[in-house]
Amino acid sequence: MSGARLELAGIGKTFRGLRAVHDVSFAVPAGAIHALIGPNGAGKTTIFNMIAGVFTPTAGTVTLDGRTISGLRPDQACDAGVGRTFQIVKPFKGLSVLENITIGALHRRAKLADARDAAESILKRLGLHDRRHQLAENLTLPDRKRLEVARALATEPKLLLLDEVMAGLRPTEVDVMVAFLRELNAETGLTILLIEHVMRAVMALAADVTVVSYGEKIAEGTPAEISRNQAVLDVYLGHEEPA
Amino acid sequence: MTQDFLLSLAQAIAKGLLTGMVYGLMALGLSVIFGVMRVVNFAHGEMMVVGMYIAWAAFEYGGVNPLYSLPVVALLFFAIGYVLQRGLIQPFINRPEHQQFLLLLAIATIVVNLCLVFAGPDSRSIQLESQFDSYELGPLVFDAVRVHAAAAAVVIASLLFLFFTRTRIGKAIRAAADNHMGALVVGLDVRKLYAITFGVGAACVGAAGALMITIIPVTPFLAAEYTLLAFVIVIVGGLGSMTGALLGGLLIGVSEAVAGLLLEPSLKSMFSFGLLIVVLLLRPQGLLGRKDSR
Amino acid sequence: MSRRAIVTLAVLAVLLLAAPKLLGGYALSVLILVLYFAYVGQAWNIMMGFAGQLSLGHALYAGLGGYIAAGLYTHYGIGPWAGVFAAVAAAVAAGSIVGYLGFRFSLAGVYFALLTIAFAEFTRIGFDNWPWAGGSGGMFLKVERNVSDLANLRGGSEMFYYLILAMAAGILVLCRWLLESRLGRYWLAIREDAEAAQAVGVPVFRCKMAAVTISAALTALAGVWNAFYYNNLFPETAFAMGRSIEITLSPIIGGLGTLFGPIVGAVVLTGLGEIFTSASDQFHLPGLKQIFYGLALMLIVMYRPAGIWPWLARHLGFEERPK
Repeated sequence: MSGARLELAGIGKTFRGLRAVHDVSFAVPAGAIHALIGPNGAGKTTIFNMIAGVFTPTAGTVTLDGRTISGLRPDQACDAGVGRTFQIVKPFKGLSVLENITIGALHRRAKLADARDAAESILKRLGLHDRRHQLAENLTLPDRKRLEVARALATEPKLLLLDEVMAGLRPTEVDVMVAFLRELNAETGLTILLIEHVMRAVMALAADVTVVSYGEKIAEGTPAEISRNQAVLDVYLGHEEPA
Repeated sequence: MTQDFLLSLAQAIAKGLLTGMVYGLMALGLSVIFGVMRVVNFAHGEMMVVGMYIAWAAFEYGGVNPLYSLPVVALLFFAIGYVLQRGLIQPFINRPEHQQFLLLLAIATIVVNLCLVFAGPDSRSIQLESQFDSYELGPLVFDAVRVHAAAAAVVIASLLFLFFTRTRIGKAIRAAADNHMGALVVGLDVRKLYAITFGVGAACVGAAGALMITIIPVTPFLAAEYTLLAFVIVIVGGLGSMTGALLGGLLIGVSEAVAGLLLEPSLKSMFSFGLLIVVLLLRPQGLLGRKDSR
Repeated sequence: MSRRAIVTLAVLAVLLLAAPKLLGGYALSVLILVLYFAYVGQAWNIMMGFAGQLSLGHALYAGLGGYIAAGLYTHYGIGPWAGVFAAVAAAVAAGSIVGYLGFRFSLAGVYFALLTIAFAEFTRIGFDNWPWAGGSGGMFLKVERNVSDLANLRGGSEMFYYLILAMAAGILVLCRWLLESRLGRYWLAIREDAEAAQAVGVPVFRCKMAAVTISAALTALAGVWNAFYYNNLFPETAFAMGRSIEITLSPIIGGLGTLFGPIVGAVVLTGLGEIFTSASDQFHLPGLKQIFYGLALMLIVMYRPAGIWPWLARHLGFEERPK
């Protein structure tokens, strides 16, 4: 596993005349951790969906290591090296934790036994190993979030998109997740783009932050710069406090 | 094209529209149930056939014109539907589709075979005095029984619209259909509303049965056909849309009548299924359905 | 599988192989029925139990398969072993059309099910009016007494018994292999959550197409067997919605998505059917059997919604591995 450079060039998305995202550009260097923040409804998840192949942008392109990936289907985006989690977790409920991850691992391995081995080692890293035979539907929320991350990692992405994986976690659990992601990033050089409302996690993880509001980029910089940026403060005041 | 042909075409269309109204009423029941509960009533045609038999029995043994026994049939069906929903279907509301399907299939099997046990396999029909009466409108001739049935269907459908738009319960049911969670939050008794809905849906199809028996003889084997027909109509019109169900009924009524005129009679339902396939592919939410009803 | 399960399976296999010698004509015919429903149930289970696509029109594939093999034989003298290729090809083509339209236009659940019903009904009416297939009068295979011609599948019930036994065993092995393959796991993922599956790289459309075509091909084989076993075909029954529903019952009752569910379901349902038939014969009431049958279905779906097999396996200590 190693990271890839992600570049968004002027992407936009219009739904039936409704502008959800407009002319957003930013780049994430290979191996960097980048955060995408903004009020609810700002278009963050829409941007994710354009990177991951769920939506085709109505304008602009997304490239991964120079290769255009916008317009691909989600499974093709996964082929190209994009792994993602869903804001509202989507485990394969009726399957065991191990099977969930195995299916992700099958993406780069044809044999079930090999995929299962790979899944086992990912489970160990994420501390889910002792729950591997539980049905995914019986997991607690923090465990489901970890399952999402593990399943995405099993596809051996070069870019990991994390959609609010900290939401609903207790502060100590956030710290565990942050430590894991940092370690993962340091070890493998995986590029990570995260949507996050938990500012504590953003501050601890991201080298750079992009802020969107009403579908447009309004600021970009280091977490420290962003927290002093007047435009960002204006957006958040009266909307919601960054926690 | 000859004058004769155009006339018989117009005649067929008129006949199709009248039958289509009754179809529409039948489909309305299915649509209401699906629209509110998201349960597909696979026993719909069976309920239709029971309605036909009850109206037939009332005529055969009591001499009551189905138009007069209809309110009783509808009330009876409301009660049956209410109890059926409360007792059997409610626990399945949140279960997977295939389980709902199996439950309703089991109910359908039981119902249709009860008909077979009580009424036998022979077709039963009724001979009303108005059987051979007709109304004339210019060159067109309308069978009186069909006109009466269609008129009754229109009245019942209108009453239903009033129920859903004017009464408290009707509005509450619509609210529950739009937003299940919201309805729970504002304290609506959703279970009760569901039972009422199933009762109303059943009453529709029971009433449609009482009307249908004046037009067409009944056998137990018609049940599956009516279930399919109701599906086709409702999908064409838009699952969950009330006006869609009526429109679909008229469309299918007309297309059957016209296909019966132009093609072999046995090919007439091919038309309906063809229409169903086209609608499913081009506009799966139905002609009048909303996009989110998928 | 536990050791206990393997021993049980081995004993069962021996008994099944010896069955024609052990059983009378009636019992053998019931067993044939069980195996037939186990087989078609297994074929349907690939689509619904594995890939989560509800088809209520599988009679289409069985009917097409049967008609084509029977038609080739009666009209051109082409034997069923050759005809089966045409039969399978036709079913695969039909499955591809249904699947392509349904999946491309992303019809799901009830809507997809209705599409499958519509195609089966459409075909039924078509065959009703197709002279080559005998129209609504049906198509008949010449019955020859006291022959045992495996090449043309003309023979007694023993031949058809062994054939359907081999098919049922074969499809069990095939399904197990499929389930343990990448494709099988991808199907489970699609069944559970298609969007999440696609995000981890599952080519959803292609996998669904694989499910519908494989299922259709296997179902067509059953159709061919059925046509040569019963020697007659009518559009009214071959493509009937009732026939389609029959196919779905064994796996649903036995346990959707499990390997042994369709078999257990077939045993239970055929057994119940026979018991009810003989019980209701004493009352001379047509329909009574079906009422019992309906009640039994209702009780099973109410109290064993996940099917009989998972529950049975737990109680017999056979425990299927968690999937």
